[in-house]
Parts: sequence; C-alpha cells; structure tokens
Amino acid sequence: MPMTLNRVAVPVMVDEEKCIAEKGCTVCVDVCPLDLLAIDLLKGKAYMKYDECWYCLPCEKDCPTQAIRVDIPYLLR
Amino acid sequence: MSNIIAEVDVLVIGGGTAGPMAAVKAKEKNPAAKVMLLEKAHVKRSGAISMGMDGLNNAVIPGHATPEQYVKEITVANDGIVNQKTVMAYAQNSFDMINQLDSWGVKFEKDETGDYAVRKVHHMGTYVLPMPEGHHMKKVLYRQLKKTRVEITNRYMATRLLLDEQGAIAGAMVLDTREGTFGVIRAKSVVLSTGAAGRLGLPSSGYLFGTYENPTNAGDGYALAYHAGAELSGIECYQINPLIKDYNGPACAYVTGPFGGYTANSKGERFIECDYWSGQMMLEFYRELEGGNGPVFLKLDHLAEETIGTIEHILHTNERPSRGRFHEGRHLNYRSGMVEMHISEIGLCSGHSASGVWVDEHAATTVPGLYAAGDLACVPHNYMLGAFVYGKFAGESAADYAAGREHAPMDERQVAQESARVLGPLNNADGLPPAQVEYKLRRFVNDYLQPPKITRKMEIGLQRFAEIEADLPYMSAANPHELMRAMEVHFIRDCAEMAARASLYRTESRWGLYHYRVEHPEKNDADWFCHAQLKKNDAGEMSCFKRPIEPYIVALDEEEKDAYNRMRIVKQAAVA
Ligand SMILES: Cc1cc2nc3c(=O)[nH]c(=O)nc-3n(C[C@H](O)[C@H](O)[C@H](O)COP(=O)(O)OP(=O)(O)OC[C@H]3O[C@@H](n4cnc5c(N)ncnc54)[C@H](O)[C@@H]3O)c2cc1C
Ligand code: SF4
Ligand code: SF4
Repeated sequence: MPMTLNRVAVPVMVDEEKCIAEKGCTVCVDVCPLDLLAIDLLKGKAYMKYDECWYCLPCEKDCPTQAIRVDIPYLLR
Repeated sequence: MSNIIAEVDVLVIGGGTAGPMAAVKAKEKNPAAKVMLLEKAHVKRSGAISMGMDGLNNAVIPGHATPEQYVKEITVANDGIVNQKTVMAYAQNSFDMINQLDSWGVKFEKDETGDYAVRKVHHMGTYVLPMPEGHHMKKVLYRQLKKTRVEITNRYMATRLLLDEQGAIAGAMVLDTREGTFGVIRAKSVVLSTGAAGRLGLPSSGYLFGTYENPTNAGDGYALAYHAGAELSGIECYQINPLIKDYNGPACAYVTGPFGGYTANSKGERFIECDYWSGQMMLEFYRELEGGNGPVFLKLDHLAEETIGTIEHILHTNERPSRGRFHEGRHLNYRSGMVEMHISEIGLCSGHSASGVWVDEHAATTVPGLYAAGDLACVPHNYMLGAFVYGKFAGESAADYAAGREHAPMDERQVAQESARVLGPLNNADGLPPAQVEYKLRRFVNDYLQPPKITRKMEIGLQRFAEIEADLPYMSAANPHELMRAMEVHFIRDCAEMAARASLYRTESRWGLYHYRVEHPEKNDADWFCHAQLKKNDAGEMSCFKRPIEPYIVALDEEEKDAYNRMRIVKQAAVA
C-alpha cells in the first residue's frame, strides 16, 4: 500500500538546556497517560513522539527541572 | 505454549479511580491474597483524575441529604430507569467513603466548624462537595497501594478476558504496550475498572484525542465484558456534555454555579433552571444552540473580583488545569467575557449518564467471577465517589469469590486465537494505519449516531461499522505503540455497534437528548419502562432484550417524577 508522512506541529516542547534525560531521568515518559513521549538516545533529551495529546499536564507538572511546556494542540487553540 | 505473565487471586484491570480502590480493598479483605493492578498507562497519573478533581458531584452527607433523597433524585434524573438497590448501596456507603478519603489525606472543603461544606447544584437536593485542593488525589491513592502491597503492573493493556469451560472468569489476555508482546494473566476473579468509552464520537475539532474523557479510555472494558458474555445495560443512554467549545473540557458549572455563575444564551439570559448535567438539560441546551438564541455561554462576568479569583484558582490548577492556558490563547478573561460552550461528542459512561456493564449492589456482573466498578459499571450518575464506593464493593466481592478457589485449567485455543488477533498488525508489514481507521470510524459515529437519532441513519451506520470490521485485520502497526492504538480501534468499533443496536432497540424517546428518537419522539412507559440490555447471544450475535425494573424501594410522588422535565425557564407574561 503506498504511504506518505504528514508533518504535524506537536503541542509539547522540551527545553533541551534544562532536560536531564542524559542523567537517567524518564519522569515525563513514565507519567504520560497516553505514552506519547520518548527519550532521544543520541541527544539524551526527551521529546514528543506521537501527536495524541490530552493537554492534561502530568509531564509538565512532574518534570523535576521544569523543562516541559505543553501548549493546547493547534487544532483546538 | 502460552506466555504466562502471572498467576494471581484477584486481577484488577484499570488503575484510574475505581481500580486502585478495588485493589486496596481486596487486599484489606484478604491480606493473604495475591492482588494485581494492571494499568495501560502508569498508575501514578492515569485515568479521569490524573490531575485530580475539583469536587465530589454526589456526596450524600448526613445533615444535608439522606440516602432516600439521593435515590429519588437519581431515579428522576435518569428518567425512572434505575435499579434503585444499586443506587441505594452507593448512597448508604457514600459518607463512610468520604471519611475514609479524608483520613487518607484528601482535602475537602469544610466550614468554620469543620463540617463538610456541601453545595446545591442538582435540581432537588444538595450534593456537591468542593475540593479546591483536589489535585493530589492520585498521590493519596498511590500511597495506599504501596501500603497494602498491591502488585502494580503498568503499561499493560487487557485485550480479552479468559474464560473457563463453564464461561466463568479464568484471567485475562494482555498486551505489553512498550514491548509489543502478548501474554496471559491467570486469575480467580477479575475486576473491570477501565473507565468510560471516551473515544467513541469525534470531537468537532477533529482532533482524535481532544475528547472530554481521558482518551486512554477507549471503551476497552465495555468490549472486554461483551466478549466475555456479560450483560450490558442502558447503552442507548449516551453521555453528552456541555463543554468549553474547542477545548472540549468542562467549564465547569458545578464549580461556578454555587458562586453565582450560570449557563446563558447569547443575550446573556438564563434559559435552564439547573446546571446539573442530565439528558433533559442537554436537550434544552441543544435547542438553544440550534435555535436563534445560540451560542450558549457560561456567564461569570457579573461576579465580584474575589469570587472570580477563587474560581480561577480552582479551574486552572485542578482536573483540567490547561483551561487557563486555553482561555489565555483566546484572550478570554472571566471578568470581561463569557465562555463559549458547545455540545460534546457522544460517549458511553455510567459515571455521567447510565450506559455500562450490568452490576448488582455487590458490583457483580452476570459472568461468574467478573466484577465491575466506575464509569463502565451501570450505576447511573455515579461519578468519582461512585467509582470509589463500587471499587470497594468490587474489590471485596472479588476477594471473597477467589478465596478457596483453584485456577481454572487454561484453554489454549482461546489464547492462540487471541494472540493471532492481537499480534496480527505487527506482522502486516503493509496495511492500514490505525489512526486513519479510527478517524473514519469515529466520523461515522458522528454522522450516524449523534442525536437526534434517526432510524435510517443508524441502520446505515451499522453497515459502515460492518465494513470497518472487515478492514480491521488489514491494519498494520509499525511499533508497539501503534499496536496498542490498533487494538483500541477494535474496542471503539464494538462500542459503536453496541450504541447503534441499543438505540435502535428502544423505540421511544427518553433521557432528553441522550436518547431522542425522531420517529418516536414521546416517552412510552407502557412499553419501555424497563432496562434495555445487550449481550452476545449463543450464536455469537449482538442481541438486545428487556429486563424489568425491580420494584422501587423509594417511592416517588407525581410532582417529583416530572421535576427534570421542567428544565426550561418559562418567562412570566409581562403584567399589563
Ligand atoms: C474532565 C472530567 C471531569 C470530571 N469532573 C468530575 C467532578 O468534578 N466530580 C466528580 O465526582 N466526577 C467527575 N468526573 C467523573 C469521574 O472522574 C469519573 O467518574 C471517575 O474518575 C471514573 O473512574 P474510573 O475508575 O471508572 O475510570 P478512570 O479513572 O478513567 O480509570 C480507568 C483506567 O483504566 C485504564 N485502562 C483503560 N483501558 C485499559 C485496558 N484495556 N487495560 C488496562 N488498563 C486500562 C486507564 O488507563 C485508566 O487509568 C469527571 C470526569 C472527567 C473526564
Ligand atoms: S521529566 Fe523533564 S528532565 Fe526528565 S526527561 Fe522529561 S523533560 Fe527531561
Ligand atoms: S499533556 Fe498529558 S497527554 Fe500530553 S504529553 Fe503531557 S502527559 Fe502526555
């Protein structure tokens, strides 16, 4: 089946200066009820992997370094 | 050979609200029992209350309300179709549960004398208890889970229940959502607490995950129970809520109502007497939206600065804390503008309305060894406190059932069949992306099932759902995450078919907008004063049938019966 990839703007931004995933933190990945976040192993930083966000905020509230900012997804903003 | 992940006495599926309570209470009932709490997400932040809750919607507190009054209120709010025994069991245990939560550290609003500060929102009685600091709910539950040593298994999703030869519970089949592997958990009894069918209709934004309910709850438990042969009830009594337009979360009138906020039309006028969510209220809301007086708003701009500050604190730190962010983006300030409201997508949820797995007053379903609690168990308008109370019943009942029982022999055929179904999309290198199938399915749900309900439309809907069923084996999953979504599409499709069949079955209108049938606009008590049940019959088909309503234990007088049908404010003719 022929396929294509559509680009989408995702609502979760990670401040890579603040994120300490390289030190072993995975808090945001652990708490997201929809399992949307992941750690980029090359960079050692968290990022949003899937655009399926409930804008519920556990990732932002539980991050120990305040590295995350959740926006309302563009379609609803 | 099957991959057996664990053998436990009691397996609780879904660790949101009812689930943690069920697991703790099962363990307290029988500390020797092996109790496992299985959760698709992570118990620390899962479910409807992942960020806490801003109040109890249905607290029955001595001095403010009696269990009898509450049973009456819910009987009338749900248009007579209730098994009063189940509502009474909730009401009688509601106060003890509040005290239990209080002793665990949940902070409820109290007055100067230390009494719970209950507020009036319902049409008749006083039942709303605010929790301005309710954001720590999940932490409180987590502490209890650790204390009672419940075994927690996160990031696993149940895909089907496992049955023994007699059709009783033998465990569950599960998917590791991170690894994409399949396995079996053998259990002597199971509690289902997987929440609402929240990903049924498509929000009008078109964003698949911008639902009212936590979108992790795709209706898993409804489908699990159905395929296990359990009876479901009131599926045609949809959940439809008045929400902040586009944001699609509650505004929330229960919080703002007691402070003087209210639902208004575009002229800023009140048009409903009571903001408590019911089908009757939603019908008036719908009429106002569709008539010349829409849009509909939540009006707060007449309130004092101090009051608005308090409302902002509650609404923007609790439950759906991104509300504040949304309003900011739209340049809306409660002080100077009204909040534009809209009607949600349809869902199934007994927490808010009445659709769910049929349970008795001990949380037992019609399948031996299977218990259900929370939004997916049919105890009308049960909300969060109902999830806790029935979670307790379910946990205790499941512990008792498991005691002294052996594990049932494993039926390898069921397991092999399910393993093939679940892992199929990983083996389809080339096929339909689950998100595309889900989008189409849920758009059809909107097109054909959204009230007002029209017979021909629902029949076409059933044809479309059958075509989607034929597409399901052709989904492909690129990774375990997509595989989880693919399995959820199966659940959503099952729920869509249930919603259509149950709605077609009840040939009358009831519950205001929730079941407004254009060809049968009147309520017909002569034929339909009964529960409409749905179940997989012996031929494996989805079938509907009537279940009589048990004689009421709390009688209603004629005046009360009609209370929720008088929602609209009738303007007095001007005196000449
Ligand atoms: C936005 C919002 C506001 C609300 N406001 C109020 C309020 O102010 N007051 C009030 O009393 N009530 C309120 N409610 C209702 C109340 O929150 C719910 O009735 C209650 O929390 C439901 O509990 P539950 O255990 O059934 O579901 P949930 O708490 O949602 O838990 C279900 C759990 O099951 C898990 N799960 C789902 N499928 C599977 C599977 N296949 N395998 C394993 N796990 C699975 C989910 O991840 C989730 O953790 C609100 C609900 C919402 C959505
Ligand atoms: S919680 Fe914060 S610090 Fe930890 S991985 Fe996520 S973004 Fe990085
Ligand atoms: S806001 Fe919620 S759904 Fe979105 S990434 Fe954060 S935790 Fe996940």
